[in-house]
Amino acid sequence: MTTNIGNISDQPLPTGQPVLDIERLKVTFATDSGDVYAVKDVSLEVKAGEVVAIVGESGSGKTVTAKTILGLLPETAISSGAVLINGNNVIKVSPSKLRKIRGRDVAMVFQEPSTALNPVFTVGWQIAEGIRAHAADGHRISAKEAKKRATEALRKVGIPDPETRVNYYPHQLSGGQKQRVVIAAALALNPGLIVADEPTTALDVTVQAEILQLLRDLRDKYGTSIVLITHNMGVVADLADRVVVMYQGDVVEEATSRVLFAEPKQDYTKKLLAAVPHLGRNSASEGATERLHQTGKILVEAKNLTIEYPGRLGKPGFKAVDNVSFTVSENEVFGLVGESGSGKSTIGRAIAGLNRATGGSLKVLGYEMLGFKEHTFKPLRKDIGFVFQDPAASFNPHLTIGECVAEPLLIHTHPSPAQARLRVAQLLESVQLPASYAERYPHELSGGQRQRASLARSLALNPRLLIADEPTSALDVSVQAKVLELFKDIQEEFGFAALFISHDLAVVDILSHWVGVLYKGQLVEQGIGSQIMGNPQHGYTRRLIASLPVPDPDEQARRREEHRALLGI
Amino acid sequence: MSTATIPGRKKSVLSGLPVISHVNKSVGLQRGMLITGLVLTGLFLLSTVLAPLIAPYGYSQLSDASGAFPTQQAPSGKHLLGTTVGGYDVLSRVLWGSQTAVTVIVVAVAMSIFLGVALGLLSGYFGGWLDRVLVVIADAIYAFPSLLLAIVMSIVISRGQSSFWGGILACAFSITVVFVPQYFRVIRAETIRLKAEPFVESAMVLGASSLRIITRHIFKNATRTLPLMFTLNASEAILTLAGLGFLGFGIEPSSAAEWGFDLNKAMADASSGIWWTGVFPGIAIVLTVLGLTLVGESINDLNDPRLRGRKRAGGKARNKATAGTDGMNTGATTAPEPETGSPEAGKA
Repeated sequence: MTTNIGNISDQPLPTGQPVLDIERLKVTFATDSGDVYAVKDVSLEVKAGEVVAIVGESGSGKTVTAKTILGLLPETAISSGAVLINGNNVIKVSPSKLRKIRGRDVAMVFQEPSTALNPVFTVGWQIAEGIRAHAADGHRISAKEAKKRATEALRKVGIPDPETRVNYYPHQLSGGQKQRVVIAAALALNPGLIVADEPTTALDVTVQAEILQLLRDLRDKYGTSIVLITHNMGVVADLADRVVVMYQGDVVEEATSRVLFAEPKQDYTKKLLAAVPHLGRNSASEGATERLHQTGKILVEAKNLTIEYPGRLGKPGFKAVDNVSFTVSENEVFGLVGESGSGKSTIGRAIAGLNRATGGSLKVLGYEMLGFKEHTFKPLRKDIGFVFQDPAASFNPHLTIGECVAEPLLIHTHPSPAQARLRVAQLLESVQLPASYAERYPHELSGGQRQRASLARSLALNPRLLIADEPTSALDVSVQAKVLELFKDIQEEFGFAALFISHDLAVVDILSHWVGVLYKGQLVEQGIGSQIMGNPQHGYTRRLIASLPVPDPDEQARRREEHRALLGI
Repeated sequence: MSTATIPGRKKSVLSGLPVISHVNKSVGLQRGMLITGLVLTGLFLLSTVLAPLIAPYGYSQLSDASGAFPTQQAPSGKHLLGTTVGGYDVLSRVLWGSQTAVTVIVVAVAMSIFLGVALGLLSGYFGGWLDRVLVVIADAIYAFPSLLLAIVMSIVISRGQSSFWGGILACAFSITVVFVPQYFRVIRAETIRLKAEPFVESAMVLGASSLRIITRHIFKNATRTLPLMFTLNASEAILTLAGLGFLGFGIEPSSAAEWGFDLNKAMADASSGIWWTGVFPGIAIVLTVLGLTLVGESINDLNDPRLRGRKRAGGKARNKATAGTDGMNTGATTAPEPETGSPEAGKA
């Protein structure tokens, strides 16, 4: 052990003395359209063994603040103020000094574990890299010693059989394990402070619960302070001691987690918390005892539907959807929930004719999709609307919003320009966008506005069926709340049937009358939304619901215990 | 520093134009490079347009009222840059040569863009056997040394004969054959990428026809990099033309002035101390290629936000070291180097 590691880990700092102290931090970026003030005036403290969450929506400056802590700002940024880590001002120190601080005093956990690890080196090597970079003066750490310490770090983060796994390459590990490796690399030198930038955003809920548990253990066992950057209020409620709410580069409110959730003081915080979907509240199927909207025609009927992606040479294909049966009737909103890779998007795309069904039967508006032909299916396309996940990418950047929304009209009904313009204005109005937005280009709209326009486009021909594939997962919570509300209103007004696909149980519950849960391509459970959320039958559904953090620290603590009991820990 | 003149945020139509907006965006060294390139390219184009007015003699003129021109005469008052072994006026040949160069660039690049883009869009969008066949052909053409291919083409097309248009078309066709695969590949790769974009899928879901998807949704998005490729390929086209002329497959001096041909004839002069016949056409080639490459590379850097230098936030201008050295390299590598032709090809 080198001395400087001992200093930090063996003698925990006296309580009250901050590990991190940010004073009047200001960060400005140079861009083409002039200076952008990303962080205006931020001061905060993190004490030893404390978990401080910085929350805010996109553009609030939370990630920039986190990057400043490690001195990772791009060259176009200038910062002023002070960021003190164990007495060193990160903004002012020389690059060589900064290199010493990184890893030893403060480390970072990134959002996307699959890109944070280098695919051509073993995970052990990558953890050891940090250890060797910080070898004490004149003392080189042998490869054997480094590997031993890497193994130790892997054991700490709960990777089973670390002696073997230390030689694994990143692709041999699952997403959750990769994130554990990233955390292990951050921990390798026992830094007093870990900055975790959206550490669970790229992970599934069940995996997220494990990683949150790990972070909590680290704090409890090793007294590591954590700065947690996140937009997910459930995660905050689960882990944070203290919360700093940021909005447009300023700290709006700062309070302990319990106080903030119970009695937020600022209007912005109140609005933010109100917008967070809360499992079990505001369910679309509340009080329902039997399946709603079963009187109308059945629009989508899947019987033992199987969708297989062809494998590479000599390898069997991959079954994305396995023997799934369900129906969607007129006026009904069918919610499809599942984690990544469960096949939920594949089903949605198959209904829209973007993927091919390979087995069973899938009838869409009476048309058999097994072996469908584009030219015979085409007349039906005007009855199917599709809303994509990323509103930014689903618009042609070279066409105005008006042209994009008019596109389905031009293809199917050939209206005169004046008629088209009128219809576009109506459509934009129905999604609460001013008609003048038709002249704008997609990049001139905010994410929420773009998703409204996307909804307008999918409704242009009054479709009987709408498929919405994760329509709100790219949006901020407050925007998501508005879009969901709009979706609900419009569905009631236009009366189309909808297949609503999402990974977020709470979101699905707000909209759907009937919910299906997908797991590894199989529909493990379906039923009335409120009943599934309240009383799940299948083991997987139970785990899924138990691992979803709710934005309420006390309730979440209780749920956490339940979850642990469920897993038998 | 010149950056103080950056205009306000009010955008006029003029400042929205490609090159002008690039000048406005640039800072420091990057701006210097771009402006140098623009000035050189401007001079080149100017001499093309004004050649009939400013050139003292015709490109094939061997005598004037006072009798035949002397041969291999050093620069003097009457012949500012001297005369060649054949008795042509070097200055006039250099000026007229720019006209040939521009014609070849325009014809060659226009043809290869048209063909390459059309094939790339079809191949990328429809895929299947058409795609496979076209890719194999493009790869096969890549496997040939481009100059060799150009020589073969020029023999096939004009059988070594060289009227003005015959020579120009032979050069242009041979350059087209070499360039089509480049455009094809870039556009095909972009098309394949765009095909998976949600906005194209959204058009598919709406039931738009393939033709409509290609022309309305993919075409404009796939061709963003073309102006850049145009400037870079234009310099390559000049080098290929000069190479052909140098090897004797160019245009006869009686049909048009051609720098490569003049260089070829000047080879023997070099060892006998007659420098003016070779140096001036050579300088013309270097400056033209340098100008076009500087413009192309600067636009490339400026289009990429990561390579673009910016004014420091709240402070004075400075250049990013990376962008600066990048540009230096470009300046130094004006020698023929096929790989620099299209940075996009690497991504493909």
